[in-house]
Amino acid sequence: MIRRNLLSPGLWLSLILVLIPGVIPMITQSASSREEIFTVLLSVVLASSLNILLGYTGYVSFGHIVFFGLGGYVGLYLIIAQGWSLWTAMVAGGMAAGLLALLLGQALLRLRGSYFALATIGINEAMRAFVSNFEPFGGPVGLSMNFQTYRDYGGAAQALWMVYYLVLALALAVVVISYLVKNSKFGLGLLAIREDEDAAEVMGVITPRSKTWAYVLSAILPGVVGVLFFFKNGTVEPGQAFRLQLSIELLVMVMLGGIGTVFGPVLGAFGYQRLRGLLLTSDIFKNIQLTVAGILLLVIILFIPAGAVGWLRNRFKLARRYLP
Amino acid sequence: MNLSAFIIDGLLIGFVYGIAAMGLTLIWGVMNVINLAHGTIIALGMFGIYFLFSGLGLNPYIGLLLVAAVGLVSGMIIYTIAIQRVINAPHLSTLLATFAVNMIIIGLATTAFSTSPRNVDFSLGTISFGDVNILGTRAVAAILSVAITGGLYFFLYRTTPGKYVRAVANNRSAAELMGIPSSRTLALSFGIGTMLAATAGGLIATFFPFTILSGSTYELKSFVIVVLGGVGNPLGALIGGLILGAFEGIIPYFLPTSWVTVLEFVLFVVILLIRPTGLLGTRR
Repeated sequence: MIRRNLLSPGLWLSLILVLIPGVIPMITQSASSREEIFTVLLSVVLASSLNILLGYTGYVSFGHIVFFGLGGYVGLYLIIAQGWSLWTAMVAGGMAAGLLALLLGQALLRLRGSYFALATIGINEAMRAFVSNFEPFGGPVGLSMNFQTYRDYGGAAQALWMVYYLVLALALAVVVISYLVKNSKFGLGLLAIREDEDAAEVMGVITPRSKTWAYVLSAILPGVVGVLFFFKNGTVEPGQAFRLQLSIELLVMVMLGGIGTVFGPVLGAFGYQRLRGLLLTSDIFKNIQLTVAGILLLVIILFIPAGAVGWLRNRFKLARRYLP
Repeated sequence: MNLSAFIIDGLLIGFVYGIAAMGLTLIWGVMNVINLAHGTIIALGMFGIYFLFSGLGLNPYIGLLLVAAVGLVSGMIIYTIAIQRVINAPHLSTLLATFAVNMIIIGLATTAFSTSPRNVDFSLGTISFGDVNILGTRAVAAILSVAITGGLYFFLYRTTPGKYVRAVANNRSAAELMGIPSSRTLALSFGIGTMLAATAGGLIATFFPFTILSGSTYELKSFVIVVLGGVGNPLGALIGGLILGAFEGIIPYFLPTSWVTVLEFVLFVVILLIRPTGLLGTRR
């Protein structure tokens, strides 16, 4: 079953879409194009992992970024205060995020619809406010890493490249995971929950358990990628780690590309970041880039709610086969 | 200052929080839409009062009438453009539609007004009871808030459009079968919701400094209050506002002020979990 899945053209198309831009900076060895693609790959990881909960299970989370922030904090704390290596810190950051999702999932996933969405805003804000008061994490100032730490990884320049390769690997991993989940029995259970939770339960899907594991699965990779991002950044502070705005940008990416599809969040991440780059550098739109993004979002929601991939799938038979 | 002074101060502000939350709870209760542009509209209410007072020298309480009228009309326009099409779609659509409106307004407003802090330099002196001093502007804001709540209840229970609003909130399809123009009523409800938000913003501007981004703080407080008071329950929103205001007054007496937000959101999540219908129950 898994073997057949791994050979499917749809999966390879998504992987190629990540891989081609991903290797460009390696060939050109240019730091500026690396930074540009890094932001996109980061968005791919965050948006695709959000899609597991949002697109497959149908639970709207406004607080996805809480796992990214928590992972970053835990990772940096372990590297700075406990002298751990990046590798173990990455594992710890992912586990911390997964554990938080496990605990929250038990409680929050009983809430349905808008109530869950609101609770996730509450969790994100509570976490930010808590970390601002939590002394071991540096309170409102946050944590700063000693520049010397990069020496263990072959100097700062080398460390930045290493982080880039790791994020590229994670972006590829998240596509494979999204694909495998969607085509597994577990994933079918999630899709059933999205369509009608009560009916799914009657049909034998153990809904509380499936929902919680979907939540945990969607939380782990943001935790790991949070460690990498803030390791590269060198500092972490509450406002930057738990930015509600970023959570919502992720929702926009998923909507733009196509909610509930494997290919969609990847395409959405590329499209959104490209557009944002264009708006930020244009003279006319620089100041009102938020307004332009808002108008775009509104147009998508009102007229193409299925997103780019969903629209193609509804329209062309071929797309249904090759765009998972 | 003693504890009672802290509590009274908190309660007076709580009345205004209540009005802000009332706008959110009305929209949520009537059409099951969570308005994520709520905070921005509060901020626009603040700027409305600021320009009317500082620019034209208009008394803030007269300016408030104008702000309320503009709030009503713009709410109806927002509903018609952004929400009407997705009113029956899954809730993600309405959440993101209102958020898109939020982005559009914030983008334009930061370009026009920048994010520098403003304040309305207006004072009504202080009233003293023993050792408790009350700012005149806060006392007037509290009295006006009670009057606005009364006005809203008069509208909902004694006028025909108000009865339409309650009928549509109760059961939209049944209301349509009775010949109630539901989309016009929904637009009106959204208009009233934004009117309350803008008014609350105007009242807050008379005693707190603000920026165009201040609205998000009050939006999050409104979420907490709506959940406290029960969705769709305007009186619950006022009482929830008072509870939150008192809470904000008491906590700094015992803990550093920065803990207020932590405890507010913990309270919010706990109430969502143990009693999602709110402490006072949902009225729908």
